Formats: sequence, structure tokens, C-alpha cells
Amino acid sequence: MPSALREIGLPVFAIAAALLLFGLLGALAGVDPLDVWTTLFTGAFGSWFSWQNTLQRAAPLMLTALCVAIPARAGLVVIGGEGALVLGALAGAALPYALTLPDNTAGTVAVCLAGAVTGGLWVMLAGWLRQYRGINETISSLLLAYIAIGIFKHLVEGPLRDPASLNKPSTHALSEGLRIGGIGGSDIHWGLAIGVVACIGLGLWLRLTASGFSIRVVGGNPRAAQLVGLPATRLILAACGVGGACAGVAGAVEVAAVHTNANASLIAGYGYAGILVSFIARHNPLAIVPVAILFGGFGAAGSLLQRRLGLPDASVLVLQGIAFVLILASEGLRLIDWRRLFGTRARIGEARP
Amino acid sequence: MSADQWVALVAGIVGGALRVGAPFLFVSLGECLTEKSGRINLGLEGVLVLSAMAAFGGAYLTDSAWLGVLIGAGAGAALALLHGLLCSLERVNDVATGIALMLFGTGLAFYLGKPLIQPQAPQLPAVPLGFWSDDPVVRSALQLNALVPIGLVLAVFMAWAFARTRAGLLVRLAGDSAHATRALGYSVSGIRIAATTAGGFIAGLGGASLTLFYPGSWNEGISSGQGLIAVALVIFARWSPLRCVGAAFLFGGAGAIGPALQSIGVGWGYHLFNTVPYVLTLVILMFTCRPGSVATGSPGELSSNR
Repeated sequence: MPSALREIGLPVFAIAAALLLFGLLGALAGVDPLDVWTTLFTGAFGSWFSWQNTLQRAAPLMLTALCVAIPARAGLVVIGGEGALVLGALAGAALPYALTLPDNTAGTVAVCLAGAVTGGLWVMLAGWLRQYRGINETISSLLLAYIAIGIFKHLVEGPLRDPASLNKPSTHALSEGLRIGGIGGSDIHWGLAIGVVACIGLGLWLRLTASGFSIRVVGGNPRAAQLVGLPATRLILAACGVGGACAGVAGAVEVAAVHTNANASLIAGYGYAGILVSFIARHNPLAIVPVAILFGGFGAAGSLLQRRLGLPDASVLVLQGIAFVLILASEGLRLIDWRRLFGTRARIGEARP
Repeated sequence: MSADQWVALVAGIVGGALRVGAPFLFVSLGECLTEKSGRINLGLEGVLVLSAMAAFGGAYLTDSAWLGVLIGAGAGAALALLHGLLCSLERVNDVATGIALMLFGTGLAFYLGKPLIQPQAPQLPAVPLGFWSDDPVVRSALQLNALVPIGLVLAVFMAWAFARTRAGLLVRLAGDSAHATRALGYSVSGIRIAATTAGGFIAGLGGASLTLFYPGSWNEGISSGQGLIAVALVIFARWSPLRCVGAAFLFGGAGAIGPALQSIGVGWGYHLFNTVPYVLTLVILMFTCRPGSVATGSPGELSSNR
């Protein structure tokens, strides 16, 4: 099978199988699977309203997926994007406390930069711990995410709290001029453009530049990288920094475009969903764009599934989980030639819950 | 602070270590068994949440806390079995599978557990460890989860089994050298699947102690990463079930500082104190890991070593 077809075919197969299983799960809950699928589609892509909701969710997903994808290309499994996102949001919301920002686009850029720097440093810390202390980056990045959430809650409910926010502790809202508006008067904010540009830019960077190529060498074959004398540690830290910066920007954009201040609703699991998006996109930044839109759509359809069919709001989480399990299982199919593929599917079937 | 407050604080932390440490004890024992066979199960976080839900639901439906414990452990074993099977496929990475099962297990638990948020389920009995004191604060703080003695026995049993029994030696063999295992005519995948499933069963007991003892109800924030901390705990315990016991209660105590301070009226830094277990884990990892070398006592086949 040609490799390009396989690159696309297997994820598509896995997502289709996940949707099938999800329909069956709906059937177990007493809902017609056809209704489940049509509602999922209507809620995600059925109308202009749902498209806006979908794209609004896709924007942070693209950026948090990059936080997994870029380190992954350097050979690291970083899953702490949630931590970089909340700290990026906090830094963005807190910047006006420290500096008087110009009430215009320059100020907005400064807010996003604050998020990028904080998020970048946070994930770089996981890379540093791996390179200099030998700590597994998967575990440390996740522990750092929990620590980040603790810091976030402490500061939002303590020193940075807006005294006017009684029921829902939050920081002072960003001033009108600092906020990110919608594209052409819609609800889709410019964060989507940032996400798409970041995905394309980083995809080209990995593919076309010497530094991007070096990162792929370090990730693909550490020994070869060592032999040709690549500065592996510096490249790995750079990959972590870039990835973390993306997640940090996601947080700052969520503050500037959606919430206007930093509060606990920012901790919405975008960091974890980003892991899934990146794995399905096979850590390819260009593929992240469509996958993020697809999963943004599933997220958007969640509330419709709940309202129209009475399925629990966690059903989207289940769909994500099934898709993730199947996408990994499909890895097992990659090396197998077409004729034996059907024999192998039976093995996958066993592994289903 | 007055003397009474100090007593309350210490009792709160010690009691909290026993309460908060119980799930840590079971997940770390489960993870220890899994890792001894040569696989890492990051999905124990999902196992913990799913088994917590299943145990609560089981206890609610059957009206018996102990049946709930069994159902929870069974659910944990089922999810871990899925992990074991998936990892046996070629080219499937155990860390990535663990992340997937973390999402899947929590998603499934939230999905199925929606109707369980309101009701009350029968709770596990408590062993009153504070019988020697007249102080009601001390007495209520030192109520011991009835599963904890079982966990202690299990830890001793596991340590004995790893050293003395055929099954225990086979698990260690699969964890240290897949080639040697194959050469002796055993199935590496079979041993690992069995060890992972048994590990899920043990971790499921931890989930049960979350919903059936402390905090004693089902909600979506029931676990805050205990299943992941377990992976670090096992490294800290250098893959010894007996050291897992000490590590679990140390972490339980660290996690109990925030609530104990709050109970005596110190509200400042509640969220910061709650991050103590994570910070502690990182600090411990910093001292126990070294770049380019393998931690002492770690099974040779672990993917984190390669």
C-alpha cells in the first residue's frame, strides 16, 4: 500500500470505527445510533452556528496539539499541555497588573507573548528535567500540569482575584482594547488564525529548515544525531519551548477572546484533548488543522447530544477515548500488508471493550 | 497555635496519610506488579476512576460495600486487560496506550457514572485506630479504612511471591529479559497481560477505597492524578512492594497537609499545599533518577529505560 494512503487511511479507518462503536454505545443507552450520528454531525458542522462553535474550540486544540507534536518530533512524549495552557492564560491575564499596556493590538500581542513565554518555559522545564536529571518527561510534564493548576487556582483565588468576582473567583477582566475579536463579526475569533498559522509555519519549519530537520533527526535516531554531532539537548529544549509556547498562547487567547479574565473554566481539558489530536495527526503539524477541527466539532456537538438525546455530557469524552484507543491499535496494522489485514482486524476486535 | 490545634493538625495529617494514602497504596502495588513484568501502565489513572465509579455503583445496586469493592476491582482488571492486549500488538507503545486508556477510562466512568452523583452507597466499615484517645478530634481522624490492612497483607504477599514463587519469578523474568523468557518456552505477552490485568485488579481496590471510604461519594473530580503519581511512587520505591507501603503513606501525608491546615482554620495556600505530593514526586525523581543510567532495581525491559 502506498505510504501516503496508509498515512491517511488508517486514522480515517480508526475514526470511522470509533464513530461506529460510539453509535453502539448510544444504542445501549436506548438511543437510535442513526440519531447519534446525525446529531453529532448537526452539532458539529450542521449550521453556521455550529461551525462557529466548532472553530472556536478547534483554535486552542490546534495549539495544544502542537505542544505534543513538536516535542514528539524530537522524541519526547510530553502530555502536560494543560499546565502550559493555564499558566499561559494566567500570565496573559496578569500582565496588565504589572505593566500599563497600550490599549490596542500591540497590547494584545504583549498578552499573547506573556502566555507564550510562560508556557514555553514551563514545558522546557520538563525537557530540562529529562536531559539533566534523567526524569521521564511524560511523568514530569503531567506532574507539572497538576502543579500549574494548583498555582493557577492559588493566584486566581488569592492575590490576583478581582474582589468583584464573588461566586466565581477570577482575575480582573482585560480592558476592551486588549481583547481579541471575531473574524468578520462572527463568533470565530482570531485565535483560529493564530492556530492555523502556527500549524502551517511549524510544519514548514520542521520540513524545510536545517534546525527543523535536526529536531527530526534527534527524535528519529538519537544515535545518528550524536554521531553527526547535533546539539541534542539544545534541540530538545527548543522543541519543548516551542511546543509549550503554543499551548501558552492558547491559554492567553482563551482569556483575550473568550473568557476576558482568567478563571477556573479555563481548565477545560484542552490540553488532554490536544494529546489525542496530535496522535491522530501522527504528530504532523499540517495534519493537526483538520483533526483539530474534527474534534472541535465533536466537542461542540456534546451539548446537543445532551439536550436532544439525553446522553450524558461525558459522552464526547468516551468518543475521544475510543478514538484514541483505536488509533493506537491501528498502529499495529501499519506494517501488515493488505492481504493479511482482514485477519488482523479480528485481533483488534478482541481488544475492544 | 494552641496545643489543641497542634494535636488536631498532627492527627489530621497522620489520619489523612492513612486515608489519602490508601488509594496510593493500591495503585502503587498494581503499578509495581505491572512494571515488574516489563510494562508501564499510565492508564492506571483511568483504571482508578473507572473502578471508583464501578465500586460505588456496585455497592449502590447490590447494597453491599464488599460486593462493590469486588465489582470495582473487576472493572479495573477489565480496563487493564485492554491495556495488556493493546500493548501486545506490534509497534504499540505502552506509554501512548496508557494515555489513551486514561482518557477512555475517565470518559467511560463519567458517562456511566452520571446517575450516581446524587445517591448514597453503603460504605466500608472503619477500624477505629484512635481508641486510646479521649479526644474526639483524634478519634475521628484515626478511622482506618478496612481495605488498608488487606493492602498491607497484599504488599507482604507480593514481596514474598516475587522472591519465592514460580509465578512471581516468571513475572520478574518477563520484566528483565524477554529473550530469556522466550528461551524457556513461556509467552512474554501472556505473562505481561496477566500481570497487567492483576495490577488493574489491585488498583481497582484503590478506586473502591476512594468512593466507598474516603471521600466516600462519586463525583467527577474523585481522582486527582493518583494513578499517575503511582508510576513515580514505584520508581521511588525502587520496584519493591514493601517500600511501596512507606511511599504511599508518605504521599498520603503530603496530600493531607492542605485539608488538615484548613480544618484548624488556616485557609491560606490551600491549593498550594494540595500540590505538595506532585512537588514531592518531582523532587524525589530528581534525586533518584540520573541521566543516561537506569534506576537501581528497575526491570530491564521497561520502555522508560530505553
